[in-house]
Amino acid sequence: MTIYSVYVINRAGGLIYQMDHTMPKTEVEKTFSFPLELTLKIYDERVVVSFGQRDGIKVGHTILGINGELVRGRQLEDGRDVLEMIANPDNYPIAIKFGRPKLSTNERIMLASMFHSLYAIGCQLSPEMKSSGIQVLETDSFKLHCLQTHTGIKLIILADPRQGGVDALLRKISEVYADFALKNPFYSIDMPIRCDLFETNLQAAVESSERSGMYGAGI
Amino acid sequence: MTVFNLYIFDRNGVCLFYQEWNRHKHSGLSQEEEFKLMYGMIFSIKSFVSRMAPVDFKDGFTSFCTSAYKLHFHETASGLKFVMNTSLNVISIKDELQYIYSALFVEHVVRNPLSKLGQPIDSHIFKTKLDSYIRGLPFFIRST
Repeated sequence: MTIYSVYVINRAGGLIYQMDHTMPKTEVEKTFSFPLELTLKIYDERVVVSFGQRDGIKVGHTILGINGELVRGRQLEDGRDVLEMIANPDNYPIAIKFGRPKLSTNERIMLASMFHSLYAIGCQLSPEMKSSGIQVLETDSFKLHCLQTHTGIKLIILADPRQGGVDALLRKISEVYADFALKNPFYSIDMPIRCDLFETNLQAAVESSERSGMYGAGI
Repeated sequence: MTVFNLYIFDRNGVCLFYQEWNRHKHSGLSQEEEFKLMYGMIFSIKSFVSRMAPVDFKDGFTSFCTSAYKLHFHETASGLKFVMNTSLNVISIKDELQYIYSALFVEHVVRNPLSKLGQPIDSHIFKTKLDSYIRGLPFFIRST
């Protein structure tokens, strides 16, 4: 049972706060001989596995490191190109580390505004009167819970599908936001939240909810 | 408990089939625009979910709830997308959507030589069978 991360989106769809609570490790390192049994491609300036799932390496994983050196985008830190290195038989055997790509800040901002519009479309396509937007979005590996406050701020939690008590946590977070961000005289509304008290209280709320949610407070 | 409507899209985003049962509100768009918007939303949710996911997943997006309805989504390996809106208290209809695909769509559309791929379905038998199947579901209760 885990809470993965928390997002706060302002009325215009801008990301004003983001916190990763627990990020599961999905890294796999394996030594390969020539030729490589995986098909790789460049996607979004990253080297991504496009075909050939094996040994815990999944389609969609990116290359995080080669022979213990970190990979930045499509290049190693010293500027060597990853694809060229992999295409050259002289570099084998080669140890490659794969994993889920970590989201950059820009991507997070983009995803937040994407959710903002999905929320609005979900509301527009409703077959019933007076529907809100998306409140819970379910997948087989995680659940996204969203609470829109009366002032239009969206609070989003990504959690394990079995995590209980998330609705209570969302209300708690809106309280923390009102108390420690809005009442902070140095905080200007709709701007990114940089308040220590907000952060520590949010952290405490998430942790206590995670502990109590363990005992299955329902869905 | 009730079923509001059902959309079937092919992998190119063409709406092959649409029917509504107990729908109370219309989006105010033409039907064609609404299909495009629905497909666009599903497409974006899929990409949103695959980027947002903190862990690896198998099927990805399965459903979402708002305060008034629940949207269920099922995609076959060939890219056919089944989207059904029901009331909130319907838990999971993965098996029902799979049944609509395997027993109704495959039997009466794929195996019908007269129905063209990538064209809206005009097979009468598919429509009647689907309608009676939906009306026979345990959570289909006609509301006024």
